[in-house]
Amino acid sequence: MTAVAERPRLMKGNEAMADAAIEAGCDAYFGYPITPQAELLERMARRMPELGRVFVQAESEVGAINMALGAAATGAKVLVSTSSPGMSLMAEAMSYMAGSELPIVLINVMRGGPGLGSIGPSQSDYFQATKGHGHGDYRVPVLAPSSISEAVALVADSFELAARYRTPVILLADGIQGQAMEPVMPTFRMPDWDTASWELTGADGREPRVVKSLHLRPEDLEVHNAHLQAKFATITEREVRWAGEQLEDAEVVVVAYGTAARVARTAIERARADGLHVGLFRPITLWPFPSKALAELAPRLRAIVVVELSAGQMVEDVRLAVERVPVFFHGRTGGMVPTPSEVVDRLRVAWALTAPTP
Amino acid sequence: MTTPRNALVPGGAADQGPASTTPSGDSRRLIYGHPSLLAERPTHYCPGCGHGIIHRLIAELLDELHLGPTTIGVASVGCSVFAYDYLGIDFVESPHGRAPAVATGVRRTRPDAFVFTYQGDGDLAAIGTAEIIHAAARGERISVVFVNNGIYGMTGGQMAPTTLLGQHTTSSPEGRDSSLAGYPIPITEMLALLPGVSYAARGSIADPSQIGKTKVMLRRAFEDQLGGGRTSIVEILSTCPVGWGMTPQESMDHVANEVVGVYPLGVLVDRRAAAAKGA
Repeated sequence: MTAVAERPRLMKGNEAMADAAIEAGCDAYFGYPITPQAELLERMARRMPELGRVFVQAESEVGAINMALGAAATGAKVLVSTSSPGMSLMAEAMSYMAGSELPIVLINVMRGGPGLGSIGPSQSDYFQATKGHGHGDYRVPVLAPSSISEAVALVADSFELAARYRTPVILLADGIQGQAMEPVMPTFRMPDWDTASWELTGADGREPRVVKSLHLRPEDLEVHNAHLQAKFATITEREVRWAGEQLEDAEVVVVAYGTAARVARTAIERARADGLHVGLFRPITLWPFPSKALAELAPRLRAIVVVELSAGQMVEDVRLAVERVPVFFHGRTGGMVPTPSEVVDRLRVAWALTAPTP
Repeated sequence: MTTPRNALVPGGAADQGPASTTPSGDSRRLIYGHPSLLAERPTHYCPGCGHGIIHRLIAELLDELHLGPTTIGVASVGCSVFAYDYLGIDFVESPHGRAPAVATGVRRTRPDAFVFTYQGDGDLAAIGTAEIIHAAARGERISVVFVNNGIYGMTGGQMAPTTLLGQHTTSSPEGRDSSLAGYPIPITEMLALLPGVSYAARGSIADPSQIGKTKVMLRRAFEDQLGGGRTSIVEILSTCPVGWGMTPQESMDHVANEVVGVYPLGVLVDRRAAAAKGA
């Protein structure tokens, strides 16, 4: 079911993501106030009760994510949102939900860290989102929008992935995407959602069901882990997403996601005006990372420049994906955003240092 | 789980008692049987542990109130996480201490279900303090079965917030010292102060008469939820013979003689009954 609005609307990122979740059929939202995602919670506080759906402002992010766990166990389509320090508090239940195979969508509007950090935009939760929030062998799909329109689309896609694979899904945004306003074509979508085979309803007329992550016998837990790993392999095989821009003749490519990709886009236009053949490789799924696509691209390249709003996190996955191509890095931390000029300078350095010897 | 046995079937537990008055059995009155929702298998609980008794009380009440088909239980971390192996109902397993938050999510998305948590004292009164206080503050329409044996049984008998002063545990080897480890926390009394708590009571399983009274409390708590009440909680003083270093009989006597002095038995609040009386 797809509903397309007639014309773009000027929307704030946090509110657009809230509306996208509502249009995707979100049954229940749980959250706790934290900057820079508070407008998302506020939007849900107003709209969910109007629609007869569930909204609870929890006593903490721990409370919110565990309410989400309980609601997800009943088959509800659940959204949780937070920002970085809150994500740390949600790590425990993310592990339990991965183990219990419960689908939820979690939006992390990242801010600067570590600790209380700043309220400025950041991408310094990449490791946390992609490598593991809580304990145990598990991954969850991580989707990274680079515009508010894309965020709207990815909210529906996140619900779809969550249900398809019975897994939590993280939508990894940043403070700029949460706070900025831009024209949004609200291509809201109601994805499929079928939980009938496992959801808890009360055991009326059927065998009782238990949603759990405990498998006390090591033999049993290893079997469960093998099942999870097989699922992760399927996701890695089928769900990788990325976008390329001006890659046809590119000799140096910027790898960047989210807000960093938008900065890079401007930098690439400027560098091209100066005659540098540069392009953009933009991962949309951070896990599974588009390693294969990048590896296929790399032999044609002189250099890769990774740009992040961090001290360098995704750059590790880029280096793991490619061989023999020099990988440069430019990042800003603490809520600071790289300027296009900084990225152009880095592109020039990469271009010059890797120039073919005559 | 194993298929529950119908206690009315000849040869079942009901046939063994003296209630049968005629050989045909037509006028027999069932006074005791195996609850249909309780699995017929030995539990993993230690001899003298109270969980088996409390599981049975819950199974009896779910049978008597016809709640089996609509109940969703929330299991917590501790020895009793395996409650779902013995009770034939839907269950979701919670992270340690978070059961009231998990139950909130269940309750809000399944408004017609009967929802209860089953939590120990380490779970509810230590790591899960925020979750129980705020579920109660919101007045979530859930029932909380709070089993207090004053110790962390599953991990080997460490001190809990509920441990009595002077009590020896593996993490208070010289006995709980208030200057180092504070005082036992009367969390059910604290919860009873909240307007969102419509029923709060404390019972024990120290002897058959107390078990009977505790069942009445649990029934009242469950009926409170069914009747539109808010949060209901029954704290049950229970045993941990292995953790306490006692025999089963000594541990029951310890509850009856010592523990009840720190945690008095009785109904702490019953707002719906009070309102009915006032009306």
